[in-house]
Amino acid sequence: MRVLEAIFLVFINPLFYKITLTAATPLIFASLGGVYSEITGVVNIALEGIMLLGAFTSVVFTWLTGNVWIGVFMAVVSGVALAWFHAWGSIKWAGNQVVLGTALILIAQGITGFLMEPIFGKPGQTDFVGKVEELRIPGLADIPFLGKIIGETSPFVYMAFAAVAFSWWLIYKTKLGLRMRSVGENPEAADTLGINVYGIRYFGVLMSGVWAGLAGAYLSVGEVGHFRELMSGGRGFIALAAMILGNYNPVGAMLASLLFGASSAFANQMQSSSLIHVSATVKPLFDMIPFILTIIVVAGFVGKSHVPKADGVPYEKEA
Amino acid sequence: MNKKVMAILVPVVSVLIALAISTVIILLIGKNPIDAYGALIKGSFGSKQAIADTVIKTTPLILTGLAVGFGFRAGVFNIGAEGQMVMGALIAATFASNFGSLPPLLAIPLTILIAMSVGAGYAAIAGFLKAKTGAHEVVTTIMLNWIATYFASYMVTGPLKVGSGTPKSPEISDSCQLPVLMKVGAIEMSAGIIIAIIAAIFMYILLNKTTTGYEVKAVGFNPYAAEYGGISVGKNIVLAMAISGALAGLAGATELMGVHHRFLGELSGGKGFDGISIALIGQNNPIGIIFAAFLIGALRTGSNEMQFIGVPKHMVMIIQGIVIFLVAADRIVRTIMIRKRVEK
Repeated sequence: MRVLEAIFLVFINPLFYKITLTAATPLIFASLGGVYSEITGVVNIALEGIMLLGAFTSVVFTWLTGNVWIGVFMAVVSGVALAWFHAWGSIKWAGNQVVLGTALILIAQGITGFLMEPIFGKPGQTDFVGKVEELRIPGLADIPFLGKIIGETSPFVYMAFAAVAFSWWLIYKTKLGLRMRSVGENPEAADTLGINVYGIRYFGVLMSGVWAGLAGAYLSVGEVGHFRELMSGGRGFIALAAMILGNYNPVGAMLASLLFGASSAFANQMQSSSLIHVSATVKPLFDMIPFILTIIVVAGFVGKSHVPKADGVPYEKEA
Repeated sequence: MNKKVMAILVPVVSVLIALAISTVIILLIGKNPIDAYGALIKGSFGSKQAIADTVIKTTPLILTGLAVGFGFRAGVFNIGAEGQMVMGALIAATFASNFGSLPPLLAIPLTILIAMSVGAGYAAIAGFLKAKTGAHEVVTTIMLNWIATYFASYMVTGPLKVGSGTPKSPEISDSCQLPVLMKVGAIEMSAGIIIAIIAAIFMYILLNKTTTGYEVKAVGFNPYAAEYGGISVGKNIVLAMAISGALAGLAGATELMGVHHRFLGELSGGKGFDGISIALIGQNNPIGIIFAAFLIGALRTGSNEMQFIGVPKHMVMIIQGIVIFLVAADRIVRTIMIRKRVEK
């Protein structure tokens, strides 16, 4: 009974919903990145590495300039740079996209770990360098319950939802979006119609660098204000699962990200519940929840979602 | 240039390019690359102890390399060697501390069998989900890695915990420990390396001389053609993952029974992921994998020495990443080599 009561208390606490949103934010950004890349036909599992590099870069530049927004901007630049390598290897050289993604994750983990000592003088974790302040929206913040959830929170949360709306418009309402989807479905036909298949695919992959870079910036300067080695902690892959569950659609990916966000918020709130005493040794079991959920979701929905037909298949012009 | 020569040249040239790039990186942080590589070689081959240490580090890497390589041959990308190794070692450790009454001749094979079956079973989950629902094994095995990591962390800080400091399980019974082949100072080199080489021979025979190997390869090469030829694709995907996982579990067993004699900390420490680069450098060939594992084992062992002169050991990860990238997009290397020949 105490467990049920604890669960009930979690659900009526606005903090649970606020944490759901903040936990979903990096997943929304990164899964958008996945959508941009994969609807044009390039599998991008490098999201995990791009996030990690973005998290690192934003901390480095925040520390150097004292301005978090310069840090965030540089995270996007570094994300695009790493994504460019993915595009170059998979579009120009027709390499195996999954293996290239794995390589880039390893390179991102290597570079960020390698530069810790030369830049910050110690391995593992940096000091606090500054973080993006929470934004208080007057009026909205005063509404009971709802105000506690969205009235005062990180600007990244609002940006994430704006990014979803923008992406939906771009992908479904513009000529460019139509071209993106067509090169992911049938590159031969698109090419015949004069669409630059390589160019559009480059655009998709580089945009995934923009979004995953922002996701990374949120993890470091957006949320905690420091960088820790391997801090992306598998969230790039959870974002991929959110993209699949969301049917390769920005709005769907957002909803799936919210589901994953809710599962980690739930684990987080249950652990700190005063009704049930969760001992420190059991905490790892709670940490498993989002990963188990991801497997269930991927296994349960993957057959039902519409995968872009040319996803993962390098396109080669016939001579 | 014929295919076999290319199969050897592409990874060799990729490693050379990666070393060239890392030389530039070492220069950029203001260190001397000759000193750094000198320290690397001294750390991995500079003394009897260093060589023994390199062989010890190579042992699990051969096995995880075989695990991933076998998967590639069968058309599955098993990124989960890490988790399968952890689970195999963890469950084997749980049982093996109670095997004191058994003679080694029974206890050693039994412990190995437990680790391999657990690894196989854990990998088969991903294989089953791929065969049944189409869930990509890359996503599921990575999730299974995290679950294994957290589960192991729970076990060694909770039910299995002994002592203080680094979380660890109780020591396994003496009768489960692998015999020591050579003792250099404080370093004991166990028979694990022999097990790893036997596993490589086993994989060679399985792939090249048996019907199972033929079917698994056929599914990996072209699932549609295999299905048409009467081979069950689903069954072979599960089987391929299980064999791959068994090899990863065996890597966990050699670490447990030959090196730590208990489940210590995270045990795997990225060796499962190293298996990916090793399989690619070794071109998924058992003999190639032994050499590639030796290369990565030497880099990992030597990188500690390199760290002493101020070059972080993460350098090795960057080198590995670049090598994987170049082997995956092997046309980059092929184009460079063809251009070189044309110029001549």
